[in-house]
This record gives sequence, C-alpha cells and structure tokens, in this order.
Amino acid sequence: MSVERDVMEYDVLVVGAGPAGLSAACRIKQLAAAAGQEISVCVIEKGSEVGAHILSGAVFEPRALNELFPDWKEKGAPLKTPVTADEIYFFTGATRALKMPNLFVPKTMHNEGNYIISLANLCRWLAQQAEALGVEIYPGFAAQTAIIEDNVVRGVILSDMGVARDGTHKPDYTPGMELRAKYTLFAEGCRGHIGKQLIARYELARDADPQHYAIGLKEIWTIDPAKHRPGLVVHGAGWPLSLFGTDATGGSFLYHLEDNTVYVGLIVDLSYSNPYLSPFDEFQRFKHHPVIRQYLEGGTRTAYGARAIVKGGLNALPRLVFPGGMLIGDDAGTLNFAKIKGSHTAMKCGMIAAEAVAEALLAGNPGGEVLESYPAKFKASWLYDELYRSRNFGPVLHKFGALIGGAINYIEQNWFGGKFPWTVHDLKPDHAALKLASECKPIAYPKPDGKLSFDKLSSVFLSSTNHEEDQPVHLQLKDPSIPIAKNLPLYAEPAQRYCPAGVYEVIDEGNTKRFQINAQNCVHCKTCDIKDPAQNINWVAPEGGGGPNYANM
Amino acid sequence: MKALVSVKRVVDYNVRIQVKSDGSGVVTDGVKHSMNPFDEIAMEEAVRLKEKGKITEIVAVTIGGAKNEETLRTALAFGADRAIHIKEEGEVQPLTAAKALAATMKKEGAQLFLCGKQAIDDDANQTGQMVAALLDIAQATFASKIEIDGGKATVTREVDAGLETLEVDLPAVITTDLRLNEPRYLKLPDIMKAKKKPIETVTFADLGVSPAAGIKTTKTVPPPSRSKGVMVKTVDELVSALKAKGLL
Repeated sequence: MSVERDVMEYDVLVVGAGPAGLSAACRIKQLAAAAGQEISVCVIEKGSEVGAHILSGAVFEPRALNELFPDWKEKGAPLKTPVTADEIYFFTGATRALKMPNLFVPKTMHNEGNYIISLANLCRWLAQQAEALGVEIYPGFAAQTAIIEDNVVRGVILSDMGVARDGTHKPDYTPGMELRAKYTLFAEGCRGHIGKQLIARYELARDADPQHYAIGLKEIWTIDPAKHRPGLVVHGAGWPLSLFGTDATGGSFLYHLEDNTVYVGLIVDLSYSNPYLSPFDEFQRFKHHPVIRQYLEGGTRTAYGARAIVKGGLNALPRLVFPGGMLIGDDAGTLNFAKIKGSHTAMKCGMIAAEAVAEALLAGNPGGEVLESYPAKFKASWLYDELYRSRNFGPVLHKFGALIGGAINYIEQNWFGGKFPWTVHDLKPDHAALKLASECKPIAYPKPDGKLSFDKLSSVFLSSTNHEEDQPVHLQLKDPSIPIAKNLPLYAEPAQRYCPAGVYEVIDEGNTKRFQINAQNCVHCKTCDIKDPAQNINWVAPEGGGGPNYANM
Repeated sequence: MKALVSVKRVVDYNVRIQVKSDGSGVVTDGVKHSMNPFDEIAMEEAVRLKEKGKITEIVAVTIGGAKNEETLRTALAFGADRAIHIKEEGEVQPLTAAKALAATMKKEGAQLFLCGKQAIDDDANQTGQMVAALLDIAQATFASKIEIDGGKATVTREVDAGLETLEVDLPAVITTDLRLNEPRYLKLPDIMKAKKKPIETVTFADLGVSPAAGIKTTKTVPPPSRSKGVMVKTVDELVSALKAKGLL
C-alpha cells in the first residue's frame, strides 16, 4: 500500500538536533554566508523540542565551541560554571574510598578550563544560533527510515502520526513527510536507529572493532547551600561496580553547578557479565556512599534520565561516508572515553563534515556522492589526534579493570601522551559478554529509602516521559518468543534489569509467563537494542514528540 | 466574520512542575513550554468553523515575552491567517490580559473571541469572562459544542446537572472546554508555511493599557508529599487503625 506523502527538498538535511547536528548546520550556513551563496539546511529532531532528548554529564571542553562561535560569551552561551576542582576516588567498598593524589590523575581527566554545563541547554542555545543563521529546525518529527534510491541516500521519511496500536489509521492519521536533500547528515547520537541500518547496509564497520557501549544514569539534585561547592568535579571508579575485576566496570560522577544544583550519575559499561546486574539499582545504592551522600543528604531530587553512551573510540569507528550522506558525532561514535567527554568531539566532527559538504556544494556538486573529503579532513584534524591518543583507554579498562587498567592508562596518557606503540583491541561485543544466569549469583539490592534512593517508576516520572499510548509498540521483537523461551531460562531475561525505565516486565500468569513491553515508559536510551543477548530487540522511532522531556539535563 | 483566538504560552503539561527553592514561583528556565491545551482546543475550533465557512479570518493573539512567538507560530500552523504579539516581558495578571485582549478585539472589530476556559499554569479561569465584561458583550463559557448561524452562536456547556445549551448574540466571548474537540496533529508543511505568515507586534502602550498589579503572589510551595502507607494484616487491625484516625 503506498501513501501520498508531502515532499520537501533541501540542500542539506540533518537528522538530530544534538551537538553534532546543530554544529554542522551552523557551520554550513557560516561557510555559505562567507561565500555569498545560499545553502538550505533543515534539521529534524524527534524530541518534542530541542534538548528534550539530550542527556550528558556534562563537563564540557570548549575547544570546538571556540572555533564555531569565538564570541560565544557575548552571545550568551550557557557555560556558567567553570571547573574549579577535580577529585578522583577509588571506591573500595560501600563506605570506604581512596582519594587519588592529583599527581596520579591521567592527563585526560584534568578539567582546568572546562565548564560544568547542561548539554540540553547548550543545544537549545545552538539551535537559536542556527535559526539566526537561517537553518530551519523542526522538533517533534522523527525520521523513520532513510530514502535510498539506486544505492544513494536521498533523505528520510518522517514517522507517520495517528497510527493506532494495531496498525490501523486513526481519524487524525497523517502520513510522514519525505524530506529530500543533496546530502543527509545522520546525527542521531549513540546507536541511532537509522545509523545502525546504514552501517549494516553499506558495511561501514567492516574494518572496525565491535562498537562498545555503556549506560549512563543521571539525576539532578538541589542541595543544601552550605554543602554546595560550585565548580567541583568528583569522579569515581569501583564500588558498587568492580575495582579489581573486569565483570562490571564503569565510573561515577558528581558535578556541582550553579544555583545549589548538582548532577550525580553512574556509568555502567554494557560489557558487564552478570545478567542479574541492574544498572538502575547500582546507581541508587551508589548514592548512599559517604563521599556522595555527604552532598545529597537533605537535598531534593528534581530530575532523572538515562542514555546509552558509545565509547569504542577510534578502534570501533565505522567508515563515515556513504553515497549521499554521512554519519557524524555519536551516531558514528566520536566520543573520547579517556576524557569521558563526547560533546566537543561531536561538535568538531559535525563541523568537519559541514566543511566537506559546504565545499562540495559551493563548488556545484550535485549531491548523492561519497564525500571522501570528510574522512580526509577528519584524519587531518585535532579530533583524530585526540581519539588516536585515547584509543587504548577503554580496552585497557575492560581487560585489566579499573585499578590496574587505570594505572596503565595513567602511564600511557601522562608519560607517553597517549602514544603507546601498540593498540589494544577489545573484540567481544557487549551483548556477547553476559554469562549464563546459572553461573551467576542474583544480586540482592537494598530497598530504596525514598530519601537518597528511589524506585524505578517514581524515577521515570521525573523524566517527564510521554508517548501517545495508542500507537504501535516502538520496541520491536524480531522473534516474539525469545524473551520467555530463551532469554528467561538462559539469562533470567536481563531486559527487566538493564532497562532504566521499567519498560520490560516478565509477568507471571499462573503456569505461564508473559513478556510485557511498556513502551510508553521508554526514555530512548537504546540500551535494549545494544545489550539483548539475542539481539532480538529493535528500537524504532515512535511518533515524533514522544519520549522524555528533559529540562536541564 | 473574523474570529480572535487568544493563545497563552505555558509550561508544557508533560513537565513535572518544580517550585523554586526560595518559594518565589515555579522553575521555568530550560523547561519546555507549549500552547495552553485549552487554547489549542479554541484554535482547533476556530479552524473547524473556518473550514465550515462560518468564519472567514482567524487572528491569533498572545501576550508575553519574545519566546511567545513560538506559540503564535503554532497557532499559524494550526491555520490562523495572521497573528498579533502583545509584547510584555513582565508578569501579566488576568485583568491586564483581559484589558489588552478587549482592546485588540475592538481594534480588530472581530465578532467572535475564542480562548481556553483557563490556562493550565495559573488556573485562574478569569480572562475570557473579563474580556466579555469589559466589552459588554455576551459570553458562553466551558463550551463542549459550538454552532454559529448568522448573528448567533449556540453553545452547549457541561454543567453539574448535565448539558446546558445557550444562545448568544454575536459578538461574543466563548471559552472552550476539554471535550469540544481533539486538536489535530500539526503537519510539517503547515509548520513550514507558518514561518512565513505575518506577526504584528504591539505593546500595552499601543493598546492604551497600563499593567495593573491587583494580585500579589506571596508564596509558592509544592504540595505536601504523600506520607507512607501502612500495611495491615487483619480486618481487626484495619478497623482499629481507622478508628485511631477518627475515620470510623
């Protein structure tokens, strides 16, 4: 059945209004203006507004922003709190911690000159700059699929609105529009659902290591002014995750912003092996550690969210270009895990792609080509150099754990400037890292106390997540029988635990069990798409505008 | 016939409201805003009336700061022909809003004034009524059905006892209730077109209105959090627990 779709054409289409997509849009417009020519740029965003689906730490390195808008201060960019102090802890137990002397901190973990920001708010500001430069931005519209004709990407089809859960059309059914462009830049962020298809179709990851991911959980707290130290950055490794082992690695953060606000979060590498592990519950109990609770006690939690993080770095970076388009930012995987920062790298990546696209279009390029100038510029940039120096950081932590791996990283980063003459590869994909439930011990998590720790549902409530309920489930099972028939006996169906929003439940119905998907809770973190041991869950875009409504994340 | 539709920019209904720590109001920085849902219903009704040929021009109007332009663009995407932005960065109380809207109504010579029955931010439910009073024209509030014929409007409203039907002479103020209609999805082509439609900017001074501060907000506090429940094991325990609370 074919439907009549409205069509709109642009020179450049950007899918996703995050740091990469918006920086690319701004850069193209700047270059077009400098050349005295017009390049039309359209940005679409699945969140209900720009920033609604953005979640990041975030300690922000302004290097790329300085290049994009040297006058960002005058333009009022929301970089308000410079980092004033860095503390790193090894959490050796539920109440014990070792503070790392500053001398031994890897260079990549120093934050002088950086700012503690809300990346969502930076994106809102970038969107204003982009609109002022003439970019058209349309939030509330999700790209469903790429338009591919004769093996060339020609744009995207937006998701239909007004389709009922059973697939029938409701009275307000509106078919999604076709947006066509000479070049389409995919900037969907970590594990973009179209990016994933393009990587497969064009075999972009053929020469790359398997991609690696983590899940980041974050809360915003308003704390007692007496305990607030604006600019303090606290990072940690170890408890409640492994310090010596490699079965559950990750790290934690606590950042003090302006206005008595702190960001607290836990990052759990999705290479964890025990299927009973619950990143959400690890995060909740983490907040009881004395180093963290000293700040949070007496405060109020105001927001919660979670997002997968792409952290394979250079070794796992796919090829960036294909006919008619390119991957930029975390859709490709440009995050620098050694710095645990992806915003400045995403911005820079977007800017590099923008330069390649603008140069081509200004020279009369008709579109639809493989723009090799983008990977060439990428390789010649500081971004490549930075990712090259950090390429061993993640694999070493996976192989040797936080303490020993951390020591190796200290030596490589501080003594060798990230240039060990060898490269460490990590070839096991995250979904293959789970051990059988029968080989693992269930983890008994403490009950939330309602003061520092909370249950999942009250947490999801704080993400202001909303989906139109009567629409097809956007978490598709390739084989609906797998969760109960295979995942449950083999892995105690880990989806119940790795999902930070309570989307997946195994319901007892007398003698049988049923797998329930509460899709309306989904915070669009993509963890299920990554971690399912059977690779059976496919995340597709729901109706535009659905998902979390993060404010200052 | 021309209709004036008033649309207010409010914190989005999906957002969990937070009270500022100093009690001076609610947090609005960085928070998603959108058109007051009841005003969306008014906007949708205006578009339907135009589609039925009952009205010929829809003018959307809003009062507020620079960001209210977004709300007007939404109204234009719904199908308003043009928009008026009454610019005011400070706090606007219902009476001031009503005075400015009444002045706009007069200036435009519109026959129909539509707005939501109340805004979901302050729940004041005053503006529509005061516009009618200031203009000394008829009003029909909480409409769940509107029919326009010639110089009259027949309005069905939901009241405690059931449905009440009123007939009012135009010009009139009609405020819209939840069940009047279900606003349509905005189509991307309409949103694109809305960017090119005209928005006129005016000030309170242009309209001869001076902001009055009749109401002073003294304090904003969040509702008390629900206290923890108690699990009882037997009926006797339940009865004695209820008695202890004085509920039996």
